[in-house]
Amino acid sequence: MLGVPTWSDRKVEEGIGTLLRTGVLLSAAIVFLGGALYLARHGESPTDYRVFRGEPSELRQIRGIVHEAISLRGRGIIQLGLLLLIATPVARVIFSIFGFAAEKDYLYVGFASVVLVILVCGLLGSS
Amino acid sequence: MNVLEFTALVWLGSVIAGFLGSLTGLGGGVVLVPLLTLFFKVDIRYAVGASLVSVIATSSGAAAAYVKEGISNIRIGMFLEIATTLGAVLGAFLAVRISTGTIAIVFGAVLLYSAYVAGQPRTKDPLDDVPDPLATRLRLNGSFPTPEGMRHYCVRRVPAGFSLMFGAGALSGLLGIGSGAVKVLAMDQAMRIPFKVSTTTSNFMIGVTAAASAGVYLSRGYIDPGLSMPVMLGVLTGSFLGSRMLFKAETKSLRLVFSAIILLLGAQMLYKGMAGKI
Repeated sequence: MLGVPTWSDRKVEEGIGTLLRTGVLLSAAIVFLGGALYLARHGESPTDYRVFRGEPSELRQIRGIVHEAISLRGRGIIQLGLLLLIATPVARVIFSIFGFAAEKDYLYVGFASVVLVILVCGLLGSS
Repeated sequence: MNVLEFTALVWLGSVIAGFLGSLTGLGGGVVLVPLLTLFFKVDIRYAVGASLVSVIATSSGAAAAYVKEGISNIRIGMFLEIATTLGAVLGAFLAVRISTGTIAIVFGAVLLYSAYVAGQPRTKDPLDDVPDPLATRLRLNGSFPTPEGMRHYCVRRVPAGFSLMFGAGALSGLLGIGSGAVKVLAMDQAMRIPFKVSTTTSNFMIGVTAAASAGVYLSRGYIDPGLSMPVMLGVLTGSFLGSRMLFKAETKSLRLVFSAIILLLGAQMLYKGMAGKI
């Protein structure tokens, strides 16, 4: 029976599917709302992405983005949706750790934890 | 062009990129960055940031469907993600330190290689042969549903696949793409995983890989909301349509058309990068 998915494997897969779908749909809805607000206010402005200036500091860190979104700024709301999107795969990895633990598959609890540590280092090590 | 027109056009381009990327398993990012830089004259750093975000959306959206159908192998995915996330963090740190021209050249080379991969006839799915001891110990072997019932498969050459996946992750972090072509090389060619399993499992891993480098991109100001919004929503729409078609589409001619497009874009990226125009 080696490698044949068990009932419990299927349950973890179903959970992961639901989690990913919810995360993506929710973030897409937030990005859409923020986008609508942004377009309503700035739709007529000219665009220029030829020169790289980098985002202003309030759109670069979590605290600034949350503040901008609460102030109902379109770009801030979009950025909040994108943050949620980035968090979705991270949440998936955390979910997998619990899923593998429930199956008593400690080798994979270990693998998933290593991935989580790398993800957190990537997200924190940059700021 | 004003913001409204720009947003509409970028959205439309992203729908097409997402659709083709999802159908061929190469990901939308591979055509998105050239599309944004060559046609919309977007600075490659903004393009890479928007592409990276869209890659997370595509991957997670499509993966949700595949995982529920039981095609993806979450153990193979989880194991190889160790390699891809490590590579992605490295790639993102490199991306903010090297010149845009160099990034364009590397991108061009990856596009040419992707065109070659996409143009290749699909390798015959391997027969169920002797299990590899390492793959067995790591519980990587699995089975997936086909019209003729469940089919079992064995995974081969784990260390080679793992190393290639590190490279795929580094390219993903450097270029803001899913690097589907390198993943195909690792999973189809080296590890001998059946095509449908490798495509969907690769899709599954891309989101985590991209999330590993997204923090670096965000803090460096590469992720612009005004640009990422139409790109993400467009690619998501396109890849959703593509994932609906995985079982019925005639992919052979499509892959040829797609590889021709990638070939042209790759040549142009190489030229612009070498001429210092990016």
